[in-house]
Amino acid sequence: MSAAVVVSIRSLKRSFGDVRAVDGVDLDIREGEFLTLLGPSGSGKTTVLRMIAGFEKPDSGTITLAGKDVSQLPPYERDVNTVFQDYALFPHMNVLANIEYGLRVKGVSKEDRRKQALIALKQIRLEGYENRKPAELSGGQRQRVALARALVNKPSVLLLDEPLGALDLKLREQMQIELKALQREVGITFIFVTHDQEEALTMSDRIAVFNHGKIEQLGTPREIYENPKSEFVSEFVGQTNRIEIDGKKINIRPEYIAVSSSSSTGDRSVKGTLRDEIFVGSATRYLFDTEAGFSMISTQLNKNLKIGDVVTLSWPREKEFLVQ
Amino acid sequence: MQNISNTMHKNPKLRLAALLTAPILWLVVAYLGALATLLVTAFFTIDSFTGNVLQIFNLGNFQDMLTDVAYKNVVLRTLGIAISVTIICTILAIPMAFYMAKIAKPRSRKILVALILTPLWASYLVKIYAWRTMLEPGNGVLEWLLGPIGFKSPGFGGPAIVIGLSYLWLPYMILPIYAGLERLPNNLLDASGDLGAHNWHTFRRVVLPLIFPSLVAGSMFTFSLSLGDYITATIIGGKLQMLGNVVYQNFSINLPFAATIATIPVTIMAIYLWMVRRTGALANL
Repeated sequence: MSAAVVVSIRSLKRSFGDVRAVDGVDLDIREGEFLTLLGPSGSGKTTVLRMIAGFEKPDSGTITLAGKDVSQLPPYERDVNTVFQDYALFPHMNVLANIEYGLRVKGVSKEDRRKQALIALKQIRLEGYENRKPAELSGGQRQRVALARALVNKPSVLLLDEPLGALDLKLREQMQIELKALQREVGITFIFVTHDQEEALTMSDRIAVFNHGKIEQLGTPREIYENPKSEFVSEFVGQTNRIEIDGKKINIRPEYIAVSSSSSTGDRSVKGTLRDEIFVGSATRYLFDTEAGFSMISTQLNKNLKIGDVVTLSWPREKEFLVQ
Repeated sequence: MQNISNTMHKNPKLRLAALLTAPILWLVVAYLGALATLLVTAFFTIDSFTGNVLQIFNLGNFQDMLTDVAYKNVVLRTLGIAISVTIICTILAIPMAFYMAKIAKPRSRKILVALILTPLWASYLVKIYAWRTMLEPGNGVLEWLLGPIGFKSPGFGGPAIVIGLSYLWLPYMILPIYAGLERLPNNLLDASGDLGAHNWHTFRRVVLPLIFPSLVAGSMFTFSLSLGDYITATIIGGKLQMLGNVVYQNFSINLPFAATIATIPVTIMAIYLWMVRRTGALANL
């Protein structure tokens, strides 16, 4: 965990009109890590990414890239590349010309850039597609071309702006795995923006959770999920039961709540009546009204329960967490 | 009424006929009819004594036109003016349209479009006479304004025509380019910069190829309108003649010859369209 810091952000601020999109962000991004900026839309995560890329200038604060202050530099003078939300492939160029674009701009010789572009094409498993136009590709293929177009320049940091947002679920899950594998392979720092908490938990080394232009919490996926520091984080990342016991507000994730018809199996328990159930495929979410007056959700493998059944809900005390 | 709409609903061919009869009639009779008449007349001749049109097919007019050096000069001059006007309009329109489409705020964007359109509301003649006042050598507005820094009016002639026509047709170039740039996603510009391209490179490799169909659309206006113009040449062209002037002069004395001359801009435009078609720009318009 002592890898060098490649991007360093200090007191970054940016407003659009009256809206403070980014309101004082400090963040150190380590070399080679997969860092996700997670948050709802309008939380400032994309603006931070766009400021790292150079598409937006900060009102105040600094962005240091590999030790050099780049806050005021135009995009073309920064050693970062971006994969855009809707790919932004050049529609009038074929796949090969798109991938070669960055190298061509830098004046790499024709043979060299062709060679590197073909390697990149192989990396994304699109050999034989070099003469296709972007319009002739599927969403997933375009996505991969956008990735190759950025990676072929070997940037010190790759920025990804909700790159999987436009794909259907199946493809998205497949791309999550591919992207993570690719990142390990090339060893480049990835800064990934998403509003999808599951995506963030699956792929990231660390997650920065954004809300109202500020970072609410920074940590590994496990820290974020098991030890959310604020109500917002606990709500945004996963589901949570917020209950009051002995005058203390505590939180407990639904998957830790065991349901039994006889006695309790954990060190906390409460009797509850099944009010509703939501079938989600691999599991079912059961909603109980407890005798203590609050309602609780328990996520379980599909059980044979009927609405109105009275059961005992129990959970281990160490899985509870407090939030501010 | 109910009956008619029921019949219409059941009969798609009838619906189509009701929709298109009027425009097709207009197109065939008014437009193609006039063009055909022009073409046929070009092959007629006149009785040199009475001045009456003789409907006898002959190629004499074409022979006269192609052998007389004076006409060749007029054609070349007119082409030169039309090309200059198109180039000037393009150079002026691209940055203006770019500012309107990509830099200006949405509200001022609307105002700018309206401002571009306002000159089109004024009469053509008024605008050209205004330019006459502007360019008047000796006591014109331009010389009065810029004389102290050594400006001298080019007077009435070729440069004046090019200035006047460029002014007249500029909106026809700005609007298609503006529309083309508005369709151009901003993130393509971001992507190009992100990949290391300076603004000029982005313009040449990304913006220009993508708005090329718009440039072609605009140039078809500026080029063809310049090619056929004669009023501007009459008012601020001095002694200079364009093709339109030749047509106009022959119109009352030798109608068939006027028609022959008039086939030249039609032919040039046909060649131009054919060239444009080959670039594939029309398919993306």
